[in-house]
Amino acid sequence: MELDFTTVLSRWPMLRDGALLTLELALIATTIGFAIGVACAVGRRGSVRWIAAACGFYVEAVRNTPFLVQIFLVYFGLSSLGLSLPAFTVALVALSINVGAYATEIMRAGFDAIPRGQIEAGECLGLSRLQVYWHVILLPAVERVYPSLTSQFVLLMLASSVTSQISTEELTAAANFIQSDTYRAFETYIVVAVFYVALSLLMRAGFWALGGAVFPRRRRLGTVI
Amino acid sequence: MMGGHLNAFHLAYLANGAMWTVVLSAMAFLGGGVAAFLVALCRISPLRIVRVASGAVVQLVQGTPLLVILFLAYFGLPAIGFSVPPLLAAGASLTIYVGAFLGEVWRGAILAVPAPQWEAAECLALSRTQRLFQVILPQAVRIATPPTVGFLVQIIKSTSLASAIGFVELARAGQIINNSLLEPFLIYVIIACVYFALCYPISRWSRRLERSTGFARSARVAVP
Amino acid sequence: MTDPVVRLHEVHKSFGALKVLDGVSFDVHRGEVAALIGRSGSGKSTALRCIDRLERIDSGMITVCGHDVADPALKLRALRLDVGIVFQSYNLFPHLTVMQNIMLAPRSVKGLGRAEAVDLARGVLAKVGLADKADAYPEQLSGGQQQRAAIARSLAMQPKVMLFDEVTSALDPELTGEVLRVIEDLAAGGMTMIMVTHEMGFARHIASQVLFMHRGRVWEAGPPAIMSDPATPELRQFVGSELRR
Ligand SMILES: Nc1ncnc2c1ncn2[C@@H]1O[C@H](COP(=O)(O)OP(=O)(O)OP(=O)(O)O)[C@@H](O)[C@H]1O
Ligand SMILES: [Mg+2]
Repeated sequence: MELDFTTVLSRWPMLRDGALLTLELALIATTIGFAIGVACAVGRRGSVRWIAAACGFYVEAVRNTPFLVQIFLVYFGLSSLGLSLPAFTVALVALSINVGAYATEIMRAGFDAIPRGQIEAGECLGLSRLQVYWHVILLPAVERVYPSLTSQFVLLMLASSVTSQISTEELTAAANFIQSDTYRAFETYIVVAVFYVALSLLMRAGFWALGGAVFPRRRRLGTVI
Repeated sequence: MMGGHLNAFHLAYLANGAMWTVVLSAMAFLGGGVAAFLVALCRISPLRIVRVASGAVVQLVQGTPLLVILFLAYFGLPAIGFSVPPLLAAGASLTIYVGAFLGEVWRGAILAVPAPQWEAAECLALSRTQRLFQVILPQAVRIATPPTVGFLVQIIKSTSLASAIGFVELARAGQIINNSLLEPFLIYVIIACVYFALCYPISRWSRRLERSTGFARSARVAVP
Repeated sequence: MTDPVVRLHEVHKSFGALKVLDGVSFDVHRGEVAALIGRSGSGKSTALRCIDRLERIDSGMITVCGHDVADPALKLRALRLDVGIVFQSYNLFPHLTVMQNIMLAPRSVKGLGRAEAVDLARGVLAKVGLADKADAYPEQLSGGQQQRAAIARSLAMQPKVMLFDEVTSALDPELTGEVLRVIEDLAAGGMTMIMVTHEMGFARHIASQVLFMHRGRVWEAGPPAIMSDPATPELRQFVGSELRR
């Protein structure tokens, strides 16, 4: 049997739209997930017991169950609450919840790596609690874990393929449609795999550029804090 | 199995699915472990071409969702004339996937063995293979154990995607039961709990190992 | 005589069962340099940390520039605007350049504008002899340079009193000198200072009062001359052992 990629590539508009939706899902979930991660990492380190416990439970629950199951839980959970949301929104909620838990663990490791003396130095300079958190803890912590964090966000983009299971029309769903339409399953999935690899590289390049802009030290010295 | 309520039969069906999840995970770990070992060796090969080529393959696999690899194996291969049953498709896909990720973890562990150890072994006039197997790997195994145990959790979770190609493991068993029960939320809560029961002890174990071996707990990335 | 800048009166402090400060009292007046000496574990660092309220005291009284440090309602920010502290381990912020390290607090605590803060930073950098390192990151500096940058960072807040906790202990002898010279300049400029130090020669040379701590108390205090002619056997033994180091 001969390989025929042209049939698949002639569905370019559908592939492109799928890829864009995948990217959109990934970027929005990255933003929300990062915010969740910072908030829960702070909560987990905080002195309020029940908040720390709740954040801990959230992280363990997400990290020890498959994303596929989480999507269905969110999907059916929301609909049993009487909310019938579009698949895209459900996917976004599930992805954000998921990546938020991983980001929490990563941020927590970043916070833990800040020496106590740094925080004292900030306090002694008269910085407020919030200012200490921002300047002395958060920024260096993010700089330190930036590689882990961004790798996690790329994995999140790849995980968004699972949202095809609730009919989000992202890249994998587009592939499923194209292969059933063209009977070119092998070529379709090869093409889509290449798309995903390209999206991964694109995200990495984007994070690299962003890191250079946000962390001038890293750009100039290239060393780890 | 057209019952209106969750009954013993459903639970037995779920238990059977859970068993297949474990079997598939074991297959993935064994197959993936062999693949990972080869990947790790290739990635530290003295031959540049081998290092670069294996690095490229790892990047390709790590840049592709497991779901797409599964579809490629299960739907793609038959389309070009190789028919594969779901178990084989799932096992092979997971092997490739685990090989790429675990291979990099193990490579990191090998490289984490302090450089003087390599030099010391070299001074003893051991051949490269002897150095690797008698001096470096035994130490690398200690370093690699906690993250490898942690990765078991990722493997168990990943097997849930085999449901998408119709392999009846835990997640698929749940879907099938739901077709007759129509209580999706309840069923997925139960399934989530079963996965949690499988994964959480291993997570704890991995963390305990991290602490007891004293290898610095780094912000590690995990496949969702 | 004016009120002392720093006054400790019968200060007690324990960590669990361990009594670290057991009734410490001393006064430091404007422009004075007090050298706090004593064996490891005698409570010198703890005393300094209590002055800047990094630790809370169990009983007694501490006043610093008119602030009642033991008062639970103390405005920490007001205290820390008046007190500068420098630690043995520099504690520069690694992700910021020297300049940014120095400008951070003046800008976010005092609300200075950028230009003003830059001027201020250049001024203190010149004082510690680091004008050419303004844009370096801490990891690019030697230990002595890092410590001088840390001193500059404290000075930029224009504190009324400076606390130094063994600021040269982590440094090689060559680098110790450059840091001590900066402190000497500060003393000459009339800065009120309390310094914990193991540099006996330097203490003798610069201090207006020497406080020898032993077992959580000020065991012996007086002008630097007490180091040559100790009244207590404990100080005699301590000075002897320090000389042999
Ligand atoms: N946060 C703390 N918790 C418990 N014990 C402490 C704490 N800080 C200090 N200590 C103990 O208090 C005692 C005095 O410590 P301190 O650091 O004040 O001594 P020091 O005179 O500065 O000694 P050194 O010359 O070694 O710096 C020591 O026994 C120390 O172990
Ligand atoms: Mg001390």
